[in-house]
Parts: sequence; C-alpha cells; structure tokens
Amino acid sequence: MAKEEKKETLLQRLGESQVWKSIIRSGVPRNRRQRMYAVLGNVFLHLHPARLPKHAVKIGYTWCMGGLSFFLFVVLTITGILLMFYYRPTVEYAYTDIIDLTEQVPLGIMRELHRWGAHAMVLTVWLHMLRVFMTGSYKPPREFNWGVGVLLMTLTMFLSFTGYLLPWDQLAIWAVTVGTNMARAHPFIGHEGPGASLLAIGDINLVHMGSDVRFALLGGRFVGEATLLRFYVLHCIAVPFIAMIFMAVHFWRIRKDGGISGPL
Amino acid sequence: MSYIKSFIDFLSAPTISFTLLTVAFPFIFPPSDYFEKKNRQWGVYKLWTNAGGFWVFVLITLFFIVGYFDPHFNLTMTKPDNIPIILMIYSMYFLTWLGMKKAYANDERLDRGEKPEEWNDPDDKVLVWPDLVYIELIALILFMVALIVWSILIPAPLEEPANPAATPNPSKAPWYFLGLQEMLVYFDPWLAGIVFPMFIIFGMMAIPYMDVNKKGEGYYSFKERRVGYFIFMYGWLVLWVFLIIIGTFFRGPNWNFFGPFEWWDPHKVVPLTNVNLSEYVWVKLLNKGLPVNIIARESVGFVAVIGYLFIMPILLAKTKLKHLYDHYGPVRYATLMLFGLTMFALPIKMYLRWMFNLKYIVAIPEWFFNI
Repeated sequence: MAKEEKKETLLQRLGESQVWKSIIRSGVPRNRRQRMYAVLGNVFLHLHPARLPKHAVKIGYTWCMGGLSFFLFVVLTITGILLMFYYRPTVEYAYTDIIDLTEQVPLGIMRELHRWGAHAMVLTVWLHMLRVFMTGSYKPPREFNWGVGVLLMTLTMFLSFTGYLLPWDQLAIWAVTVGTNMARAHPFIGHEGPGASLLAIGDINLVHMGSDVRFALLGGRFVGEATLLRFYVLHCIAVPFIAMIFMAVHFWRIRKDGGISGPL
Repeated sequence: MSYIKSFIDFLSAPTISFTLLTVAFPFIFPPSDYFEKKNRQWGVYKLWTNAGGFWVFVLITLFFIVGYFDPHFNLTMTKPDNIPIILMIYSMYFLTWLGMKKAYANDERLDRGEKPEEWNDPDDKVLVWPDLVYIELIALILFMVALIVWSILIPAPLEEPANPAATPNPSKAPWYFLGLQEMLVYFDPWLAGIVFPMFIIFGMMAIPYMDVNKKGEGYYSFKERRVGYFIFMYGWLVLWVFLIIIGTFFRGPNWNFFGPFEWWDPHKVVPLTNVNLSEYVWVKLLNKGLPVNIIARESVGFVAVIGYLFIMPILLAKTKLKHLYDHYGPVRYATLMLFGLTMFALPIKMYLRWMFNLKYIVAIPEWFFNI
C-alpha cells in the first residue's frame, strides 16, 4: 500500500490535496466530463461555452481580433496602473514625469507598451469589426450586440484620444486642440454651432465660450491645466468604467445570442 | 526614378487617387451583374488569389522601401506616430484579402450546391478545454512578444513640452480621426466634426436593421451580399481608411496636399477660389446682388439639400426603387436613405468642390449654418 502511494508524482499529489481541490473542484481535467467542468466551473473561462463548433476555433475564421482587443484592454489596464504610480496630471509635472518614466524607472518600456498597445487596440477593434461584417455575423439574432460593439469601438477611440493629451507635449495638446475644437461647432450647445444663438433669454446668450460643450469638455476656454485633469480622470476612471460595462454586456450577449456565428 | 516618383506624386493627389478608387471600386466589389461580368472579364477577381495578394503586398512594400530612402517621405514615414498607419495598411489589406479569398471560395462551394467551408456537423463539436484555451494562450503570448519587441525597438513618440503659443503646422488630430479632419476640407466643423461622426456611429449601429438580407450569416461570402458589401466596403475602405492615409501621408503645412515624395513647403500657395452656390446663382447667373434676406439668399441651396435628402428618396420610392420600398417598408426605407445619402454626400461634395470650386451649398455664416 505505502509503496504504491509513493509512485504518485508530486503534481498528482498536489492535484489530490485539499488546497487544490478547494480551489479547482473539478480536479485535473483528464476525461471529457472533467474538461467540460473545467470551463464551466471557472469564472474566467466560463465566458466560453464548454463545447464549440469546429470552425469557431479556427484562426482563419475569427482572426482572433475580438479576443486580442480584450487582451489589449487588460494589458493597457495593467501598464496604465503602473504608469499611474509615476505620473502626476499637472502642467508642472506631467511632461517631466514622462521623461522620468524612460530615464529613471527600471524596465522603462511601460509607456511604450501602453502607447503602442493603445494604437494596436484601435487597430484590432477595427479589424474585429471588419471580420464581423465579412462573416455577416451582425445579422439577426446578433443585431443588438453589433450595436454594443459599435459603441465599444467609439469608446476605444475616445479612450485613446483622452490618453493622447497626458504626455503634455506638443503632439498632445495640439492633437487635442484640433479634436476638441470640433465641439465648439456642436449644434445648439457649441458657441459656434448652428442654433446656439437661438438659446438666449432676451439678448443674453446662454451658450457662449464660457458655457458651451467645449468648455465642459476642457474645463476652460483652451486646453490647459483643468483639461489635463479632466482627461486624466476620463482616461483612467470614467471611460474604462463605461467600457467595462459595455464589454460585459457584449460578452454576455455573444453567449445569449447563440454563441459564435456560424452557418446553419 | 524621379519620373516615377513625380508620377506617384501626381497620382496620389486626392482628386486623382480618390477618383481612381471610386471608379475602380464597383469593379473590385461588384454590386450588380454588369460589374460582376466586367470583374470576371478583366480578371479583377484575381486580386483575391494568392498571386494577386502577393503582388499587391510587393507593391505596397516596394512603395515603403522607396519611400524610406526618399528624403521627404522618410520624414513622414518614420514619424513615430505614423507607424500604426503602416501597420494599419498592411493588416487592413491582408485581412480584407483573406476574407475575400475565403468569400470567393465559399461562393464557389455554394454554386456547386455544397455547404460553406465553415459548416460542421452540429453534433461534432470540440471542447473549449483544451482546444480553444491553448490557441488563446498561444495567440496571447505571440501577441505580447510582438508588442514587447515593438516597444523595445521603437520609443513612444514624445515631442517638445507643450507650448500653447507655438502652433505646429500642420496640426493634426490623432491618426484614427484624420478621416474626420480630412472631411473638414469639404464641410464645416458642425458637420464634419459632430453630425457626420454621430451619423457614422448611429448609421453603423443601424446596419443590422437596414440589411434585411438573411443570407451569408456566419461564413465568408460575397455573392449573396454583394450590395451590402459594396456599400460597407466603400464607406469603410475609401471614406474612412483611405481618407486617414491621405490625412497622414499627403497633408502638409496648412493642410495643403503634398505628394509622398514632395517637400512640405510651408509657403506653398494654393489659391482659394471657392464660391458659394448662392453667389453662383444670384451674382453669376442672374447678374444681381445677393438678396438681403438670408432665407431668400440661400433658397437655392435649401431646395438642393432638401431635395437631395428628402424629396429624392420619396420620388425614388414611387419610381425606380419601388420594389425596394415595398420590400423594406417606410421606416426602414427612410433610415436607409437618410444614412446612405448622408454617406454619399461626402464624395458628392468633394466632386462639387473639385469641379466647380463650390464652397457651400447653403452658406449662412451668420448662424454658423454652412453646408
């Protein structure tokens, strides 16, 4: 008896231990039933169904772009958190903190990972959309999820846009100036937009340079200190929060709408 | 070499390149039998074969190699912020090619009465653990390695500290918004920067409700959905991706056009000879002054815009597109027309500008209302 027990490898014994079994109740997935349970019983993996049609695991069909977009979101969250340790969103410190990131911080490629990852995420989201269009996967019953996807794509670009300002270099403030200048022409709520002059009490304009939508976005009349703080909060908290809610809906609806699309 | 370069400079002017693309587009993604026939006859479909893909890849790469050694294009191309665009060109082309190749293969299978390549016996499924999980793991690791290598090799862009007093020329939005910035050449900010982006978002969200074609779901196919493909791909590849490329590579100081191998001369003078429609009508045609009343002055423009957006669809619904209207019903038809006509308003305005120097169709700067 005792001899047979010793033949078990360390890994097998670990798999049988109380600690392991308390974490992963299905044990080491060896047979078909345990493998299905490994997916069903795991909070992260159970985004997936337990079984899939064969075409769904082919990279030629999915291009893996949706998954990579989500993966990049995770990478950007992690690198973003690390960057937040060093970065102060003030006009005084922002730029020098960015310099410090490359020159003082060990393994100083966090900003690179974050920046290039952000560009890559815009691309993977676009390519995911292209794949979904080309396979006709937006068709019923997945119409609603396509709409959620379009919003997620918009949020991705807005996330990238708000992050653009944070290095506080020439590239940043002028790209954001060009972008937010559009807001002054917003119909009715931008001070240079059509219809804005209609919103007036007597001869007092309600929508002017200090009260329009651009002012709300920038926290001022031009891209300055308040804008930097606003974009920082939008970039690190507000937009990721909204995006995560939409992502949860997006993933949940994939399952509810019948899983990955495929020919009937 | 310099002849070829100046020829490419000439070709890449938006007037030329956009026209070439637009004219070629129905032959590349044929929306009707006529174009389909020409596509076969001229062998355009070979774009989506291995050889076609290879040669386009070689052409793009050749362009970038020549561009790299050109002193002017080198500056644009190696600007760190433009690197994602080079990636975009390759990945967008490669995956469009791959999708179309698979679509054509599936079309042939369907013609032979077979099921599409993606079809599997519904009872014959694979397990997510391990069949999908390990693919995801490999994809994730490879992608992360690529990202790390990219990050080590190329430092993230960082210019001089922000200086609100020194406006760079040109001032460009982030690259993914350059299509919108390019629209600013033809439309005022309230349209190009606010209304059109909203129309793009809502129009895209409306796609599944406007496309009532039930075929082609869950597999790559072209023939069964060719009109939808044509409209979407035109909007996506030409009006979005191509405008981004123009905005990145071909727009220099003062947002003037520069060919890829031209020097970005900040003093390049481009005459602004654009004329409003109201001036065309009242001054040039009728030889009168502009009416003082704003509505009267712009009446022609209003008639044109309302006619294009609202009257024309109604007339079409009664005549040429009656079958579509009957098939779609009023709400769906109106949605399709509103978004579709707004989308095609962009190329229409571009050509009005290029051909007649038309500045605004409706010009009411008093109310910031210019179309």
